Amino acid sequence: MSNKEKEPIFSAKNFKLLTTPLSTNNPITIQVLGICSALAITVKLKPALVMALSVIAVISVSNVVIAALRNYIPERIRIIVQLVVIATLVILVDQILKAYAFDVSKQLSVFVGLIITNCIIMGRLEAFAMANKPWPAFLDGLGNGAGYGLILVIVSFFRELLGSGTIYGYPVIEKLGLYSIGYENNGMMILPPMALIVVGLIIWVQRGADKSLIEDK
Amino acid sequence: MRKFSNRYIFIFSTVMVVIVASLLSLAATLLQPAQERNLEIEKKKSMLESIRVPATRKNAVDLYDKYITGSFVLNTKGEVLENVDAFTVVLRNEQKKPLEEQYLPVFMSVPDNGEQVAILPVEGKGLWGPIYGYVSLLPDMNTIYGVTFDHKGETPGLGAEINTTWFESMFHDKKLFDNEEFVSVKVVKGGADTNDIHSVDAISGGTITSKGLEKMLFDCIVKYEDYLIENRN
Repeated sequence: MSNKEKEPIFSAKNFKLLTTPLSTNNPITIQVLGICSALAITVKLKPALVMALSVIAVISVSNVVIAALRNYIPERIRIIVQLVVIATLVILVDQILKAYAFDVSKQLSVFVGLIITNCIIMGRLEAFAMANKPWPAFLDGLGNGAGYGLILVIVSFFRELLGSGTIYGYPVIEKLGLYSIGYENNGMMILPPMALIVVGLIIWVQRGADKSLIEDK
Repeated sequence: MRKFSNRYIFIFSTVMVVIVASLLSLAATLLQPAQERNLEIEKKKSMLESIRVPATRKNAVDLYDKYITGSFVLNTKGEVLENVDAFTVVLRNEQKKPLEEQYLPVFMSVPDNGEQVAILPVEGKGLWGPIYGYVSLLPDMNTIYGVTFDHKGETPGLGAEINTTWFESMFHDKKLFDNEEFVSVKVVKGGADTNDIHSVDAISGGTITSKGLEKMLFDCIVKYEDYLIENRN
C-alpha cells in the first residue's frame, strides 16, 4: 500500500460513482430496481422526498459498513450479514424519526420498514460494497440513493400536480384559477398504474435523448 | 476471497447478533420517553381537532388542559365505571375483550361554540392497518360536531386522505340516529347526496379504507347507544 500513490478523494473515478447513477446508470430507469416503492409513495411530493432522504441515508451508511467489513464477512453468510446491517439501520432510522421527527415518521408510516426490502440497497451492497473500500462505497451509495430519489421526485411532481392539483401541498391549479374555466384533476394520476406509466415515459425520454442506452439487437 | 472455517462463521454471526441486539435495545430504551411523549401529544392534538380546535404539537398540551373539562369510562350498558382513567384506555386492547368487559372512554369538553360536547374515540381497520380517530357529539347526542381521523399506513393520496380537512369537514352536522334507530354515518362511493344527513362522500381510489371507516364508526359508536339515548338534551 505504501508505495502506491494515494488516490485523491474526488478523483474522476470517484466522481463518476456519484454521477452515473443519476443518469446513465440510474437504478430505476436503467436497472429497473426499486420499482415497488417508486409506485407506492409517489402520489405526493412530500412523502417521496422524505423517503428519498431515508433511502440515501440507509444506503450510504450500509455501504460503508459492509465495505469496511468486506474482508471479514464469510462469503457463505454474506447475504444474511447484509440484511442484518440494512435492517438494523432502518429500525434505527424509524426509531429516531418516531422520537424526534414524529410528523415525518407519520407521513412515511409503513414505507420506512419497506426500505429493508428495497432491492437497490441489497444490490449495491452485493455488487459494489463487497469489493470496494469504504470511501468509494459511500459515494456509490450516495449516488444510487440520489438517483433513486431523483426519479421519485420527478414522478411524484407530475402525479401530485396532475392528480391533486397541488405541488408540495400548495394548491397551484386553484391559485392559477384553472378550475373556474373548467379544468379538472385527473383522478387516474393518483392510482398506482399511472406511476408505472410515468416511469415508462421517463425511460422513453431518457433513451430517446441518449442513444447509447439502447441495447443492440 | 478468503476461505473461512465453520468455527469462524459461527463466532462471526454470534458476535454480530449480540452487537446488533444491544445497539437496538439501547436505542429503543433511550428513545422510548421521547416517543411516548410524542404519542401523548398526538392523542391530545387529535382530540382537540375533533372539537374543531386547531392545535399544533407545541400548544396541544396547554389547549387540552383548557378545553377538555372531564373524562370517564363507561361499560356497554352505559354505566359509569369508577377508578379507570379514560386517557390511558387503549381502545385496541379493549376491542379484544368480550363486549360486556370493554371500557368505553368518554371525554367532555366545552369548545368555542359554548355547548357541552362529548368526545368518543373510535378505532377500526383500513386497508393496510389500523385507522382511528375521535368523534365529538353535540348535547343532543345525535349531531356530529366534529371528527378527526388518522391512520397507521394507508396509501398516501388515496386512503390516507381520511385525515384531511376536506374529508373530515363533511361529517359536520351529520346525524347518527334516524328517528330512534342508530344508523351511524355511511361513506358512499360515487358521492353522497348533499342533503342526506346520514352519509358523506367516499374517497376515490380509497374504497377499502372508506368502507373500513364506515364500519369503524358504526361498530364503535353503537356500543355507546344506551348512554347516548339516556343523556340526550
